[in-house]
Amino acid sequence: MTKPLVAIRSVAKNFGEFQALNNVSLDVWSGEVMCLIGASGSGKTTLLRCINQLATIDAGGIWLDGELLGVREHGGKLHRLSEREIGRQRLKTGMVFQRFNLFPHKTALENITEGPTQVQGRKADEVRTEALELLRRVGLAAKADSYPAQLSGGQQQRVAIARALAMKPMLMLFDEPTSALDPELVGEVLAVMKELARSGMTMMVVTHELGFAREVADRVVYMDQGAIVEEGRASDVLGAPREERTKAFLSAVI
Amino acid sequence: MKPASALAQGFPDLSGMRIAREPHWFRWISAALILLVLAAIARAFANGQIEWSYVSRFLTAKVILEGIVNTMVMAVLAMMLGIFLGVVVAIMRLSPNPVLKSVAAGYTWLFRGTPLILQLLLWFNLALVFPTIGIPGLWSARAVDVMTPFLAALLGLGINQGAYTSEVMRAGMLSVDIGQYEAAQAIGMGRLRALRRIVLPQAMRVVIPPLGNEFISMVKATSLASVIQYPELLHNAENIYYANSRVIELLIVAGLWYLLVVSILTPLQMLLERRFARGTLRLAR
Ligand SMILES: Nc1ncnc2c1ncn2[C@@H]1O[C@H](COP(=O)(O)OP(=O)(O)OP(=O)(O)O)[C@@H](O)[C@H]1O
Ligand SMILES: [Mg+2]
Repeated sequence: MTKPLVAIRSVAKNFGEFQALNNVSLDVWSGEVMCLIGASGSGKTTLLRCINQLATIDAGGIWLDGELLGVREHGGKLHRLSEREIGRQRLKTGMVFQRFNLFPHKTALENITEGPTQVQGRKADEVRTEALELLRRVGLAAKADSYPAQLSGGQQQRVAIARALAMKPMLMLFDEPTSALDPELVGEVLAVMKELARSGMTMMVVTHELGFAREVADRVVYMDQGAIVEEGRASDVLGAPREERTKAFLSAVI
Repeated sequence: MKPASALAQGFPDLSGMRIAREPHWFRWISAALILLVLAAIARAFANGQIEWSYVSRFLTAKVILEGIVNTMVMAVLAMMLGIFLGVVVAIMRLSPNPVLKSVAAGYTWLFRGTPLILQLLLWFNLALVFPTIGIPGLWSARAVDVMTPFLAALLGLGINQGAYTSEVMRAGMLSVDIGQYEAAQAIGMGRLRALRRIVLPQAMRVVIPPLGNEFISMVKATSLASVIQYPELLHNAENIYYANSRVIELLIVAGLWYLLVVSILTPLQMLLERRFARGTLRLAR
């Protein structure tokens, strides 16, 4: 029997008194595109950040590729992994941020080669060839030597996607990748993501682009107040939601 | 009523008119007054008890030139030590480890809280506290032999500078967006690598102007090392006037050299700033 690529079990995350995630359980299967939707503050970003360990969870567990994230079980207790081991686990996920977070002092090409050369210690010329290929793939072959400040928002986000892909992750996390973009630039980023989805990449996408979700997602998860309210095939959740809260959300955003 | 397409009448045509030049009386009067004051000061100095021939003779005297070399060597080395310590202490201060944090805070508190000249004297007189220093069983030496004026000045100036530089560095690191740190982590970087490769290079842009300031202060602060016999510019100038009693002339010589050095440093700082402005729009144009 095959196992899901990501298994999230009874995860809770608190910020002080506030429960940002409350008993969240979810499977993500290899090759699947999952879209996470929900109102502002419902915990979507927090869930992604827990998966790539930018945030630590307070209860429950997340398994990626069969490996428990962030902690090791030993003698009936959980022990936190070292920073080094967490860094190694992070290499399995690529993250694309809402506000791009490109390194402004490095060119587009250098942004992409930074991880493979510095973290993975791979050979510079081989990495460079791959990076140029990635830039071509996101339609920015001509911008290799441009600094982020010289690129439009859409171009910056496409470089950011290439930067994440350069680490050869098995899972790509997108946190509202188009919501900081001018409307006319949204399409070019979504096109890159569609191509990525077709290539078989496993993706978790937090988005307000319901059209994208309808077209690309295999599964849609609706979150509210830190919990998963409804989850299912994209056409079902978006087209014929079962839960009242999902219905209310969908009718509000359309 | 608003007519459909004609502009309203009654507004004169301004095309072809220029902005008139105003006479700026106040600027002329104040400039004249300032020139008058400057002339009076210059006259006072020209007629005062100053032998200008001594100034020009000693301006390039060997001892003075050696002094300026020693001053610059000390300023550069102490600044390097200061920046190294500053970076390390700033990183310690921003670390989650409470022990490192309080050690760093204590260092800054101690060395910013006492006068620099006192610290120099303490380092120089360390032999009074520890007659011999060394690693037990491996190596030891008499402190008076080790703690030369050079080493005492370097430690005194550098360690003191580190306390100030750490605050400048900390401010620079805090000025870098937290998203940069997260993006670095997301591509698998550890804390230190993210600091070195991503955060510090961006912080440099912010810290160079204040560090330039600090370096200029450092050049002048080396003159305090004259009290512990380090042969820098002021110390050597003093030695000459102890012999020939031309106090003011030699102080003017030293002053001119300090001014010259500081004047050269300012454009150097601009070059550095440009180097670290890589990727900012201003340069990209
Ligand atoms: N670092 C933090 N400290 C305190 N509270 C936080 C922190 N991060 C998130 N929260 C809170 O947790 C809740 C969930 O936040 P999260 O960013 O996951 O929401 P979201 O679903 O991504 O919303 P949005 O659509 O606005 O991005 C919010 O109420 C937020 O205020
Ligand atoms: Mg969010």
